[in-house]
Amino acid sequence: MGGYARFVWPSISFALAVLIWNVWSARRHHARALTRAARAVAMARSEES
Amino acid sequence: MWTWFYRLASPPYVYRTAAALTPWFFAGAALMIGYGLVDGLAFAPPDYQQGDAFRIIYVHAPSAWLSLFAYTLMAVAGAIALIWRIKVGYAVAAAAAPIGASFTLAALVTGSLWGRPMWGTYWAWDPRLTSELILLFLYFGVISLRQAFEDPARGDRAAALLGVVGVVNVPIVHFSVTWWNSLHQGGTVMRLGKPEMPGSMLWPLLAMLAGFMFFFGAVLCMRVRGEVLSRERQSAWVREAVIS
Amino acid sequence: MKVGPFRAMRLILRRELSLSFRRPDQLLQPLMFFLIVTTLFPLALSPELSLLRDMAPGVLWVAALLSSLLSIDSLFKGDADDGTLEQLALSGHSLSVIVIAKTIAHWLVSGAALVAMSPLVATALGIPAGAFATMMFSLALGTLTLSWLGAIGAGLTVGLRRGSVLLSLIVLPLAMPLLIFGASATDRAIGGQSPAGALYFLAALCVFTSTLAPLAASVALRITLE
Repeated sequence: MGGYARFVWPSISFALAVLIWNVWSARRHHARALTRAARAVAMARSEES
Repeated sequence: MWTWFYRLASPPYVYRTAAALTPWFFAGAALMIGYGLVDGLAFAPPDYQQGDAFRIIYVHAPSAWLSLFAYTLMAVAGAIALIWRIKVGYAVAAAAAPIGASFTLAALVTGSLWGRPMWGTYWAWDPRLTSELILLFLYFGVISLRQAFEDPARGDRAAALLGVVGVVNVPIVHFSVTWWNSLHQGGTVMRLGKPEMPGSMLWPLLAMLAGFMFFFGAVLCMRVRGEVLSRERQSAWVREAVIS
Repeated sequence: MKVGPFRAMRLILRRELSLSFRRPDQLLQPLMFFLIVTTLFPLALSPELSLLRDMAPGVLWVAALLSSLLSIDSLFKGDADDGTLEQLALSGHSLSVIVIAKTIAHWLVSGAALVAMSPLVATALGIPAGAFATMMFSLALGTLTLSWLGAIGAGLTVGLRRGSVLLSLIVLPLAMPLLIFGASATDRAIGGQSPAGALYFLAALCVFTSTLAPLAASVALRITLE
């Protein structure tokens, strides 16, 4: 990297880390919404029965 | 003629379509980012002035572009939701904010890592870096405002309005910062990203831009699904979706 | 009895002004804050007047922004808490009328007083008397613009219990162009250059916010109140 490796690789890694964080947090976000929705459905059912 | 518009506004339709689109967006992102990184880092020739340091552009420019794109999308979705009372718009706006903020941070960090070898310092009050920093503050404001309300519907509307106010402000900030900087520093500031670029350098950059856009589409779809789900917790279609 | 929008605006304006003159401590507190903040800088940096003069426009403008923000927090709060705001909203007048009257009243009480006091602070910071006119004019335009921006923020945070830090977080990024043009107009006047360019931009921002901010602030109020 012509002497610039210590700047190029950290930037690439940081950008990739941001990409990975986005996937991870979007997955977690969706999973949480799903469990909360499931809990709401379960509560509605127990009230019905 | 307007049926597609109404369908677009229907939460179950959005929920299903976002799920169907996500793998395709991820595939496009993997393809484009994979090619862009390999070609940009290994095969593109070094810049005659900046040497290999210019390769940071392959992650810096797409991040900076996404930071603005996500903010604009957030404001437009918020405005649509406010004006036509389309609730899905709030879900899109809420989903876009954290993604955009993360890419703003990426643009700042990669920009300052690029600045160290080029300017001799990690942080220069370059107009682009400064307006990017103010953009990050605008994201912080929108995200904190949404979270500050106990009633999510109110938080949605308040954040949407702030997003619209902010998007009017972004060009003003950029212009004023450019004017301010040219006043203090003269023409010494190096411009990031040159206007003319040979194809061997340009193709990987375009691929990275497309790849980041695909990636944004994919994570936006995932987050929109979460947002729609938590907004529609009480409705019948969510019951079916959860049970199945 | 239905009154026209301009008469309604005048009535609200008069009410706001008489309310704030009845409580002079609230009127004086932001001014004292402005004085104290500007005193901090010579203590923190250096008592050397030549050095202070270089810093003075920035110090003055940052202090003005902060003290103006401090008082805008309560723009709608008192009236929202005791129900006056809802009564005003039910009066049949557009919320913009109320926003315009209250914001102008806020500026007359806080901004104009700050402008009137600025030569005192400016002398202490070593700004030459020749630059006072530009400084005061730019501060007048700037504090009015900030009052408009603050009205949007105050409208958005009025329903929140702990909104004042959030208000700064929202309004300060929006106010950054203001700081740039205002400080550089003052800076140029001190250096003997023409401040016209920066003043034009300040005036443009002022007109722009004066036209759009009442609309945005009334939408914000409707969101948080309904």
